Amino acid sequence: MKAVAIKFLNITGMRWGIPLVKLFSGEQVLQQLKEIGKTIVAPILAIIGFLLIWSFFASQITTSLGRLPGPVAVWQQAQSLWQEHLVERKKADEFYARQEDRNAKRRAENPGAKISTVEFTGKPTYIDQIITSLKTVFMGFTIASLIALPIGVICGLSKTVMKAFNPLIQIFKPVSPLAWLPIVTMIVSAVYVTNNGFFAKSFIISAITVSLCSLWATLINTALGVSSVNIDYINVAKVLQLSPTKKTFKILLPATLPLIFTGLRISLGVGWMVLIASEMLAQNPGLGKFIWDEFQNGSSHSLARIMVAVFTIGIIGFILDRVMVELQKLVSFEKASL
Amino acid sequence: MIMSEVIAMQEPEEKTISEKIMLDIRNLTKIYPVRGGDYTVLENLQLNILKEEFISIIGHSGCGKSTLLTMIAGLNCISGGQILLDGIPITKPGPDRGVVFQSPSLFPWMTAMENVLLGVEQVFPHATKNDRINICKYYLDKVGLENAFHKKASELSQGMQQRVGIARAFALKPKILLLDEPFGMLDSLTRAELQNVLLEVWNKEKITAIMITHDVDESIFLADRVIMMTSGPKAQIGDVLKIPFERPRIRKEVIEHSDYYHYRRHLINFLEH
Repeated sequence: MKAVAIKFLNITGMRWGIPLVKLFSGEQVLQQLKEIGKTIVAPILAIIGFLLIWSFFASQITTSLGRLPGPVAVWQQAQSLWQEHLVERKKADEFYARQEDRNAKRRAENPGAKISTVEFTGKPTYIDQIITSLKTVFMGFTIASLIALPIGVICGLSKTVMKAFNPLIQIFKPVSPLAWLPIVTMIVSAVYVTNNGFFAKSFIISAITVSLCSLWATLINTALGVSSVNIDYINVAKVLQLSPTKKTFKILLPATLPLIFTGLRISLGVGWMVLIASEMLAQNPGLGKFIWDEFQNGSSHSLARIMVAVFTIGIIGFILDRVMVELQKLVSFEKASL
Repeated sequence: MIMSEVIAMQEPEEKTISEKIMLDIRNLTKIYPVRGGDYTVLENLQLNILKEEFISIIGHSGCGKSTLLTMIAGLNCISGGQILLDGIPITKPGPDRGVVFQSPSLFPWMTAMENVLLGVEQVFPHATKNDRINICKYYLDKVGLENAFHKKASELSQGMQQRVGIARAFALKPKILLLDEPFGMLDSLTRAELQNVLLEVWNKEKITAIMITHDVDESIFLADRVIMMTSGPKAQIGDVLKIPFERPRIRKEVIEHSDYYHYRRHLINFLEH
């Protein structure tokens, strides 16, 4: 029981819970209390301190949208966003129920009648926007990985290719998403001309911008990993006269996997950070657009809602990072590497 | 040269010497380019190794022992002279020379079995999958890993990993076995254990072997001849000592043999001067 609980806490990244579990099972009580002081009490104190300072300054600053919201106002807005989501979902459910009713009646009256179904067109709720943002970032991340991994491997295998690509990598790596966006917008508008395609234009523009900014970390880490594989492994491959494909897939890639995952993890982090800016400008209906709309909207709740978005972005970013760390641990062959 | 004399005296039997030679090193030279000129590690080195002979090479650190071995393995290019393996000049690495490296160099994401199998697949491409697995099992069994076939290499201790390394080299059925201080990183108890394992497998297979070592006792216990290399630069073969103890050897008998300390003193004298 205790071992299971500890394993669960370890995997979910909630290591701070381990001393609690040990305390309840009565293991070295004094030491566990010390550990709890360090890992639970101290962070809680820091958070309380932050909330106090925040609410103090919030009460001092008055903006054109009214008083700067403190923690309480932000919490209220978080709840109201959730309520709005529930209301909107209920509306949608009712809409579909009515439509189904209507269609059933029509079918009963005249079996040959043409039945049309209509999509519910309510405005996207906050939760919908979060989901759109996640979809966009994963799309961008996937595109980035599909480009960066093969090029990274090739760069790692050949010093010449690496030298050839290096200037381009160094020049494009620091470019901001805001600079890419107009270019991507124009290109996508020119190339992707359907009006009822599977993806919305704004979605594709945001996703591509995300990949342009996030692919570099994966590319560089993969290249570094492949080029610095343990020389003994390479020697064994030479002695066994492995074919290039066998060498790549049986030795180079497995040996590089931990570094590749470090790159992927950084890429996903960068992608998530860049996403908000590109959604704002591309009007992709995700968290970025939510913030932009609230800013334009300028109601007395707007600032508090934007702050809810800030915390949402932070927490989701943190969760994504944890997921990547755990994946990295799964593929890592060196036990002590993390 | 001392070498050829030794061979001529010791091998007057039926076959001619050239037929019995597995490895023929002629005028071997190795030059590393360094800043401000060239550094000659080995110069005009001559050495013949007979079929089914176990050779150990001993010398100070940096004298070029490892350079010599990696050149035989084909992992290090030759600056001058040539190396003939069974009459054919060596140009590149290949599985006809099984190498056991100082660090076990197993692939940690593979099991013990997969590590050995990787080489066996290369050497016996036409064998059935079952046959290949049986070859791996046979050698893993021989090195005492019958209970660790499917353990990940990263879960094995250093000593166990080196056992897999030995099994991997033997399973290739190489013409020659190259051992580059394979036990250098192990504690002395494990080292003695692995020397026994190595000798046991070797007694069955009788694969020509060259082993580099720092350890005087190890070289006497394992080898038919101990090659002593002078310190670099321009390292040469300084002396050769024949160890005529009967095989199969038992450690206790070897150590208690009346000649043992004579050989030991000979080697230590060489190393200290």
